[in-house]
Amino acid sequence: MPDMNMLKAINNALDTAMAADDKVICFGEDVGVFGGVFRATSHLQEKYGRARCFNTPLVEQGIVGFANGLAAQGSKPVAEIQFADYIFPAFDQIVNETAKFRYRSGNLFNVGGLTIRTPYGGGISGGLYHSQSPEAYFAHTPGLKIVVPRNPHQAKGLLLAAIRDPDPVLFFEPKRLYRASTGEVPEEDYQLPLGEAEVTKEGDDITLLAWGAQMEMVEKAAELAEKEGISCEIIDLRTIVPWDVETVVESVLKTGRLLVTHEAPLTGGFAGEIAATIQQRCFLYLESPIARVTGLDTPFPLTLEKEYMPDHLKIFEAIKQSIDY
Amino acid sequence: MSTTKKATIVHTPSFMDGDEFRVPIFKLLKQDGTTYKNAKLPDLDRDKALRIYRAMLFTRVLDERMLAAQRQGRLSFYMQCTGEEASIVGSAAALADEDMIMAQYREQGALAYRGFEVDEFMNQLFGNDRDYGKGRQMPVHYGSEKLHYMTISSPLATQIPQATGYAYGQKMAGQGHCTITIFGEGAASEGDFHAALNMASVHQVPVIFLCRNNGYAISTPAHEQFSADGIAPRAFGYHMKVIRVDGNDILAVYQAAAKAREWAVENNKPVLIEAMTYRLAAHSSSDDPSGYRSKKEEEAWRDKDPVRRMRLWLESKGWWSEDDEKQEQELRRREVLEAMKRAEKRPPPDLETLIGDVYETPTAQLVEQLEQLKAHIRKYPEAYPKGAKSLDAAKEGNENA
Repeated sequence: MPDMNMLKAINNALDTAMAADDKVICFGEDVGVFGGVFRATSHLQEKYGRARCFNTPLVEQGIVGFANGLAAQGSKPVAEIQFADYIFPAFDQIVNETAKFRYRSGNLFNVGGLTIRTPYGGGISGGLYHSQSPEAYFAHTPGLKIVVPRNPHQAKGLLLAAIRDPDPVLFFEPKRLYRASTGEVPEEDYQLPLGEAEVTKEGDDITLLAWGAQMEMVEKAAELAEKEGISCEIIDLRTIVPWDVETVVESVLKTGRLLVTHEAPLTGGFAGEIAATIQQRCFLYLESPIARVTGLDTPFPLTLEKEYMPDHLKIFEAIKQSIDY
Repeated sequence: MSTTKKATIVHTPSFMDGDEFRVPIFKLLKQDGTTYKNAKLPDLDRDKALRIYRAMLFTRVLDERMLAAQRQGRLSFYMQCTGEEASIVGSAAALADEDMIMAQYREQGALAYRGFEVDEFMNQLFGNDRDYGKGRQMPVHYGSEKLHYMTISSPLATQIPQATGYAYGQKMAGQGHCTITIFGEGAASEGDFHAALNMASVHQVPVIFLCRNNGYAISTPAHEQFSADGIAPRAFGYHMKVIRVDGNDILAVYQAAAKAREWAVENNKPVLIEAMTYRLAAHSSSDDPSGYRSKKEEEAWRDKDPVRRMRLWLESKGWWSEDDEKQEQELRRREVLEAMKRAEKRPPPDLETLIGDVYETPTAQLVEQLEQLKAHIRKYPEAYPKGAKSLDAAKEGNENA
């Protein structure tokens, strides 16, 4: 099994999907000859031709509008938005069109074939416009699925599943890990299930829940905690919508404690949604308040990025507070 | 690949204002039903001409009856096509029936031309259990998969870049189909319009952009919407073919759209059509135009009525008569009234449709939310008569089974 970084794994997933199905079409700003600013679409135009992998003009609302129409026609567009920070010109097309296409037509028409890929998150000195994690805005819109992979193996399997899923999927790629995260990735075609969380480490004292790049922070924090005799259970949510309530509930019923972490700001972040659901389902089993370790309620900073980030030390402290409550 | 031509170099500062590109208006049919001398008429046989006229007349009748129904409180909302029937039906008639239509909201004439039945109109307007949209959208948000008419979406201009994408898929499929997208001159101010035209031109897509320039976006007159010579000159900026047509002239609209289609499909290229017309009706049943335009202006446009203009032409050809007109109007009125009564009596969509089609399969969360809602409705059935009725019907069904 070859070693790949996350970009290679994503590129390999796109290649696999395009080889298997003529209807898969990749496009976005700079994705053609250049292969995308991160090279996620490298060599796809060479291999599948300009008609199936191409540059678009610089207009996100156009990219998603075009993709909606193409998906409604029966194709499987994989549209790239160069940075999640630049997805907002397409907000109307995503929230009012993509998400409601099937519902408003009574299932006469749908854009289930659509996948929107976009790099998100901080840790790359990107400042306020190359670091945001906008998943919560979209989680508030019924009709979209939202998926975030944590490593190359997950990225390939989840992206293939997203492309073939009968509903439109927003696929947020943790760009900090694009080259930093490497691992074994099968060459063959495989899919990982959407809507299912994964328990990546079992433990007894506290449940740590994250997705995407935060999984690395959580793992580091758990190592520190274990040294102090705290046994952590770690869950990768993988799909934000629809999220796997049962797996998280089952874990919290066992540990009695929950910590949720994301890079996005605290207020209105998806951790709030998870906390509300878990206190409803596990109220009498909770030993301490559900902890949220997140970005600050500020725009994403630049020079003080390290201070802003919900890193392993902040998570470690929150674990101890939860245990000592 | 590139269309860039070598630039001419000049040595004096020479600004251009675009006035050198004023776009003419294409006309064939005069208001009295005669045609212009030297006008080369489209090849329109009797059957096709009558199919067009009947769709225009039906649309007029439907709009009159449904606005009246709204005024009587039988319908929550309505939007008329009145005054724009030739632009809409004429362009639809120039297409192949398999071509996709992605319209804005007042283009019911195109659906009527394609053969949407009066009961299908009514079921949508009343949002009953037979509405294809399952009672989810306000009246006039029609859609038909079998007639290749994309379900209407309220947000303006969103359908325009979607049409570009849809047509790209048609080009890839290679079956010689195209897409027409229809929108008002107000919607053409939205960013989506510009994105759509640019992408269609860059990616060489068989799509027809039909702007019905009807003078008003709700109350805002066209001269407060743009300062240029209408919408047509925008095509130059995207290196796209364009024609401006008298939108109340059925023969001109039909011919322009037929040639646009031929060009689009043969060359995989987009075309812009600007149809100059007038919204004789209010924007919607919630609007009152007396606050922003004069009766005199309306009267002047009523004299250019596209339905009457076509009728006079048909009569001059001997294809239509006073009697035909009377019979057809009576027949269609009766059909509309009878269908309205049928649609009104039908039950609302099932409670289950609340969570359907959000995803292909409802999520666990949605199933749980519906169960909670059902339990609540069972507790307070009088407060939720439609939901309670649906639950009763489901229960009966189960017992019978």
